Amino acid sequence: MTSRTRRRQMHLAAHFPGVNSTTVWTDPRSGSQIGFASFVHLARTAERGLFDFFFLAEGLRLREHKGLIHDLDVVGRPESLTVLSALAAVTDRIGLAATVNATFNEPYELARRLASLDHLSGGRAAWNVVTSSDAFTGENFRRGGYLDRADRYTRAAEFVATARELWDSWAPDGVPRPFAHAGEHFAISGEFDVARGPQGHPVVIQAGDSGEGREFAAADADVIFTRHGTLEAGRAFYADVKGRLAAYGRAPDDLKIMPGVTVVLGDTAAEAQEKAAEIRKQQVSPQTALLTLEQVWGRDLSAYDPDGPLPDIDPDPDGELAQGRVKIGDPFAVAARWRAVAEAKGLSIRQTVIETSGRQSFIGTPEAVAAQLDEFVTTGAADGFILIPHLTPGGLDDFVERVVPLLQERGAFRTEYTGPTLRDHLGLPLPATRSPVKG
Amino acid sequence: MSPLVPTRPLHLAVALDRPDARDAEPYARTARLAEHGRLDFVTLGDTLGPPRRGERRLDALAVLARLAPVTERIGLVPTVTTTHTEPFHVSSAVSTLDWVSGGRAGWTVDVSTGEADARHFGRKAAAPAPELWQEADEVADVVTRLWDSWEDDAEIRDVATGRFIDRDKLHYVDYEGTAFSVRGPSIVPRPPQGHPVIAVDATDPLPRTAAARHADVAYVRVKDTGNPGAVRGVRDELHRRARAFGRDPGRIVVLASLPVALYAAADAVALADLAGAWYADGVVDGFHFRPENPDRDLPLLVDGTVPVLQHRGLLRSFYPGGTLREHLCLPRPANRYATARETA
Repeated sequence: MTSRTRRRQMHLAAHFPGVNSTTVWTDPRSGSQIGFASFVHLARTAERGLFDFFFLAEGLRLREHKGLIHDLDVVGRPESLTVLSALAAVTDRIGLAATVNATFNEPYELARRLASLDHLSGGRAAWNVVTSSDAFTGENFRRGGYLDRADRYTRAAEFVATARELWDSWAPDGVPRPFAHAGEHFAISGEFDVARGPQGHPVVIQAGDSGEGREFAAADADVIFTRHGTLEAGRAFYADVKGRLAAYGRAPDDLKIMPGVTVVLGDTAAEAQEKAAEIRKQQVSPQTALLTLEQVWGRDLSAYDPDGPLPDIDPDPDGELAQGRVKIGDPFAVAARWRAVAEAKGLSIRQTVIETSGRQSFIGTPEAVAAQLDEFVTTGAADGFILIPHLTPGGLDDFVERVVPLLQERGAFRTEYTGPTLRDHLGLPLPATRSPVKG
Repeated sequence: MSPLVPTRPLHLAVALDRPDARDAEPYARTARLAEHGRLDFVTLGDTLGPPRRGERRLDALAVLARLAPVTERIGLVPTVTTTHTEPFHVSSAVSTLDWVSGGRAGWTVDVSTGEADARHFGRKAAAPAPELWQEADEVADVVTRLWDSWEDDAEIRDVATGRFIDRDKLHYVDYEGTAFSVRGPSIVPRPPQGHPVIAVDATDPLPRTAAARHADVAYVRVKDTGNPGAVRGVRDELHRRARAFGRDPGRIVVLASLPVALYAAADAVALADLAGAWYADGVVDGFHFRPENPDRDLPLLVDGTVPVLQHRGLLRSFYPGGTLREHLCLPRPANRYATARETA
């Protein structure tokens, strides 16, 4: 083996730029977030770049602010598994990852849909397991919202275990066996009707950085989608999560850590910085700046000038203006930090929001970005990245044209797909077949 | 030349069901063949019950989504059951099938009556069929409301005000059913057809209320081809009920659903004779063929039955429109919320 093939290679995935605060819809190049052609363009671009997988988020309730539907970001999206089933027809190799909530689904039905996608795509299905417990989302569902935060993860863990039992109920030789599961959250039995998929089990992704989330990922996930982005935070997170694997009898390479990141490229470092600043301004419009501020403060701040200073009143910790979003941990601490930043740099409300929000970004020339990404992987801060472009459908074009070849030249990224399945791309073994449950 | 051009062509659909679902290829092959024959749509059945001996299935809606990019015109109509699936998920999935197919989606509404199906979910015991069909009726109701919960022009992308949508054009459905409630709005913008086509098997009396209220397409299973009167009877009753609900019965395409097994060209011609005769007698608006063996029967259907019907002027030889509603000569439904807002 040469040093080149022994070298640690990164994994890459692409997030569809839809309903989130990264997506810029005001740019003239911004296309449809719902038309199938946009999904085809992005998935095919990612596949041309030999990416591991294409990733879709999920929404089960439109977000609200001050009791009204949030209208400043992209609103509306198609249902993930159905879009990915269609994309399976127009792509050959790239993995197809759907975010699906474990609270508002049932194992038999979801295991069936995921196994179906695995068959229809020739072994490319992945499931990003998310949980929620809020009554707000529950208003769209029979089961309503009633789970305690702690129960979210026990339900999710039992959901994944149950799905695996269903996938294992068909032996690789094509013979189904009855299944029976009796647990705290699910008591089901019968016969599963989808044969074992090409991957045995679809790839399981866990998104979320909390302690429970890390433990859940260490126990049961193949990939963790994290927000931790800076090199230092990334290394600490990486060491923490990888350190949890041994307790579950798993090796460090059994779980891939992939932070969600953004990339801005320029011909020079200065040009890239200029473009990045412009994108941040597009992402944080004056209206969005005030809204973000109101989420932290828990108060109506519509009378404030987004180009003026931060409010001198304190946050209202009980003011819940936002629905359908991740809650702000400690609003006083966030407000204090924002004030400190604003005072130190003399920033307006909008400038402060721009300065303090946003994901880890790699900004620079293609050469510099390739080197930085590589550094994350070779120094134990990540196994790869989930790129979050800000434009539909062209947001990945530059990265694939300009950065991927440089990563390949460095030996940091694959030059061809070596197998047909997503497990092959991620270097994950087929799951062992467990002995069938006595039904 | 053409002896008779009916105001409305004979409508044909075909079932793609096969017992050994492993991947998309056989479905894609047969769907393309059906499209070559200019059929209105293909169907794929589904159930959340256990497999029969030797059977392996795939999620029907996923299979038809997989076929959308490899077909261009033909309608795609999966069965989705309402007993154990969340109404909100049904709405999103069928709407998304319409988006990925450019307006070719339909939905055959069905229920799960089995104890075995209920045990797969472990949430409730199997309920009696009347209760399940009452619920299916409610699910179809809330699903169409969710499809309407976005007005067609809700996305405005107004850079000056920073607003992506006009939220006055999004609507809470606030549906209170007997056993469930849904707040809305949908997560998916209104699909290309407004409402994807809703189909119901109206053979048995129980589903007929849901069919009369919601169906764009109603199947009537044929038990005896010598007795078209039985089929006509169901159609007449369906029309009566639709009228009672204030619907135009002409907006329900009634298809005789017929098992077929074709072995030779003569069988294909005989089938065309039967279809032509029933259509001429006004028994039905068309046929839903259920091949015993799609690989054997579908080529004979497309190369035998279809050309004969085309030659008799009963069947069109091209797709004049792009959406399934256009194939079925059904209008795109108005949005109830937009209508309410405009007349308010």
